[in-house]
Amino acid sequence: MSLNPVEFEDKLQVNYEKIKKGTVSVFVHIFLIAVSLSCLFPLWWAFASSLKTQQTIFNDLSLFPKAPHWENYVEAWTKADFGMYFSNSLIYTVTVVIGVILIASMAAYAFSRLQFPGKNVLFLILISTMMVPIPGSIIPLYVLLNKLHLVNTRLGYILPQINAGLALGIFLLKTFFDDLPKELEDSARIDGCGRFRVYWHIALPLARPAIAVLAIFNILAVWNEYLLAMLVLNSKNLMPLQRGLMVFQGAHVTQYPLLMAGIVITVLPVLVVYLMLQKHIIKGITAGAVKG
Amino acid sequence: MNLQKFRNIAGNYIFIIPAFLLFFTFSLYPFFKVFQLSVTDWDGISPYMNYVGLENFKDLFMDNTVFWFSMKNAFFVTFLALVVQNFLALFLAILCDREIKGGNVYRVIFYLPPVLSGIVVGLIWNWIYDGNYGLLNHFLTFIGLGDFARSWLSDPKSALIAVSVIHMWKGFGWGFVILLAGLQSIPRDLYEAARVDGASSWIVFKKITAPLMIPVFILVSILTILGTMQLFDIIIATTGGGPGYHTEVPMTRMLASMIGNSKFGYASAMGVVFGLILLIISMIQIRVSKMMRQV
Repeated sequence: MSLNPVEFEDKLQVNYEKIKKGTVSVFVHIFLIAVSLSCLFPLWWAFASSLKTQQTIFNDLSLFPKAPHWENYVEAWTKADFGMYFSNSLIYTVTVVIGVILIASMAAYAFSRLQFPGKNVLFLILISTMMVPIPGSIIPLYVLLNKLHLVNTRLGYILPQINAGLALGIFLLKTFFDDLPKELEDSARIDGCGRFRVYWHIALPLARPAIAVLAIFNILAVWNEYLLAMLVLNSKNLMPLQRGLMVFQGAHVTQYPLLMAGIVITVLPVLVVYLMLQKHIIKGITAGAVKG
Repeated sequence: MNLQKFRNIAGNYIFIIPAFLLFFTFSLYPFFKVFQLSVTDWDGISPYMNYVGLENFKDLFMDNTVFWFSMKNAFFVTFLALVVQNFLALFLAILCDREIKGGNVYRVIFYLPPVLSGIVVGLIWNWIYDGNYGLLNHFLTFIGLGDFARSWLSDPKSALIAVSVIHMWKGFGWGFVILLAGLQSIPRDLYEAARVDGASSWIVFKKITAPLMIPVFILVSILTILGTMQLFDIIIATTGGGPGYHTEVPMTRMLASMIGNSKFGYASAMGVVFGLILLIISMIQIRVSKMMRQV
């Protein structure tokens, strides 16, 4: 069992390194866990608060309420109209996302594969609006919607949001189409397929990964949108969740349990989509960042 | 033959027509229209608008102290976000850029606040900050610091900082994800070579990591500035600009003068000035980054 002095020293060195590394990594984890808790805690607090009553909420600080009042959710869904807001949000999100995917993919396909005069100029104009911040253009946008009699209509809320998703969508999908091999499309064209059928039956199905990324971004953007909803929609029966939350808060300032239930109703779909698709989301933002 | 060619090109245009119809109507037209509106006194309703030249801009620069105060507030939050939020993000990214157990779990959790809406985040924090029954005050009382308890969002001394904290809580995970991706794109053998040469961690960071990360740093700071300056949802969901004007930001001022006072022309002038300021900031940043790359 005896070691010669040199070996002994080596072993001691290795052990020392190991212990040092281990200690550091314990502290690293403690810090990371603390930050994680600070991310999760406010959400859990909102959830816990949503299960208390108007009487208990101000002094009951429990994180796991002993008598959870699930009926708050029924009341929020029906009496506080969050069910209606929810289906509105669903309608807007689905329509905008489908609109963006169809319109952006068609244009992206044309920019990548088809020839027409003014192609480069048009693409440049489109992309440059992604770079220039124009907070003020919301004013003429509202004026325009008013002139077109689209204020306080679903269409008036949907069309500008489809437009808002186009620049990024066309950019993303064009890059994707550019990297796709053309052989499959060429042979389909030789077989006599028109360009629309080639786009629909061959290019679009191949672009599924890029479309997934595009869809996720637009789902989150539309579900979370507030400013346009505030300007365009006045009737409660047209409002999406974000607007509904503000209307509820404005009318019942201190009804925290129901407000928190409304928040949970709003957040839950985002949470599900995010956890299911988080790999695509993170891939999407980082790809955009590293390339851009 | 010529007809054939014409039909071919026309058919190609059909692919981009829906996109450009929407784009011209809802992006390009408002973009140019805002400049036209900014030199009028239009109230948003009347069929007539009077051309007033640069009157709106003159008033904005000479007499509208509230607007510039709101700009100062936005700069304050932006400064905090640039320093505190991005340093936290960078620190976390460096910690996670190693063989670490559960690294992906941390990433998923840190990116959770950024996927929530400003409204939801604002309303939750509103409840935590509540002056009478908020969790924060309960907690301060519990640890014996009850004297510090206050109505965080309606006390002029704390409102802007409280709002900044919400904004940074929502934002740091986004910076973290981008910075981590940047760190992970640095080839590992560079680090190993430096270690073999006996370089310390700090030297490795200074000589290898930081220079290679400059483009990512620039990107993150430009997007942080543009995003924070245009802060709106969180303000609306918490303070609405109050108390007084202590948490007003350019977006709330612009919309207040549009919806609240029906001064569409004046609000457009604000939009133009604010947009130009944002443009100048990002151009300076890009210029600086080019200079740094040459050094």
